Amino acid sequence: MDWQGQKLVEQLMQILLVISGVVALVVGYTTESFRTMMLIYAGGVVLTTLVTVPNWPFYNHHPLKWLDPSEAEKHPKPEVVSVASKKKFSKK
Amino acid sequence: MHSFGYRANALLTFAVTILAFICAIASFSDNFSNQTPSAQIQILNINWFQKQPHGNDEVSLTLNVTADLQSLFTWNTKQVFAFVAAEYETSKNALNQVSLWDAIIPEKEHAKFWIQISNKYRFIDQGHNLRGKDFNLTLHWHVMPKTGKMFADKIVMSGYRLPNAYR
Repeated sequence: MDWQGQKLVEQLMQILLVISGVVALVVGYTTESFRTMMLIYAGGVVLTTLVTVPNWPFYNHHPLKWLDPSEAEKHPKPEVVSVASKKKFSKK
Repeated sequence: MHSFGYRANALLTFAVTILAFICAIASFSDNFSNQTPSAQIQILNINWFQKQPHGNDEVSLTLNVTADLQSLFTWNTKQVFAFVAAEYETSKNALNQVSLWDAIIPEKEHAKFWIQISNKYRFIDQGHNLRGKDFNLTLHWHVMPKTGKMFADKIVMSGYRLPNAYR
C-alpha cells in the first residue's frame, strides 16, 4: 500500500467505525433493543474490516516513484574499508 | 498502516474502544427512565410462633406479595432481583433485617405479579425479642443492567406486628 493509501485507510477506518457506533446506538435506543444495537455494531465492524484491511487496488493509485536505475549507477555506493587491513593503504 | 497485521490490530483496538463508549452511553441512558414501582404485602396468617431449643424465636408467616415492577425495566436491563425483608429493632441491634423471600425477574412481562407463599427463608431472631414486636416489611430490588451500574431501591411498608404470645 502506498502512502496515500495508508492515509486513506486510517481515515476510512476511523470514520466507518465511529459511524457504525453512532448508528447502532441511535437505532438501539429508539427500538429499545440492546440486541439490535450490538448486531448493527458487529455488522459495521465486519464491513469496516472488509473495506480497510485487505490490500485493495484503489489504495495503490499513487505508487512511490523509485529512482531510475541509470541514475543510480552514476552515484556508486561507498566501499566498506575493513579495519584489519590497516597495513595496506587503500586509496581510491 | 503498512501491513495487513498492522491494519487488523489498529481496527480491532479502535473497534473495542468504541464498543466501550457505546456501553457507557447505554448505561448512562438509564438515568433518563421514569420509574414508578408499586408494591403491597399482606400477612395472611401466622402459621406458628415458637422458641427454638437454642433460645431463639422463630416465626412462620404466609405472605401475599403484590407488586408492579414493570417500570424498572429499561432496554439495558438484564433482570431485576427482588426480595422481601422484615426489619425491626431490638435492644441488642439497632436494625435487624431478615430476608423472607426473593425472586429473580428476568423479563418485563413477569414483573407485575401476585404471589401467595409462606416465607422462603426462616424468620429467626437473635434472641427472644419477637413477642409483640412491631416490624416493617420492605420490598428491596436490584436492577441488574446488561452493561454498567447496578442500582437498588426499596419500598418500606410498616404497621405489622407479631402476636404477644407464642402459638
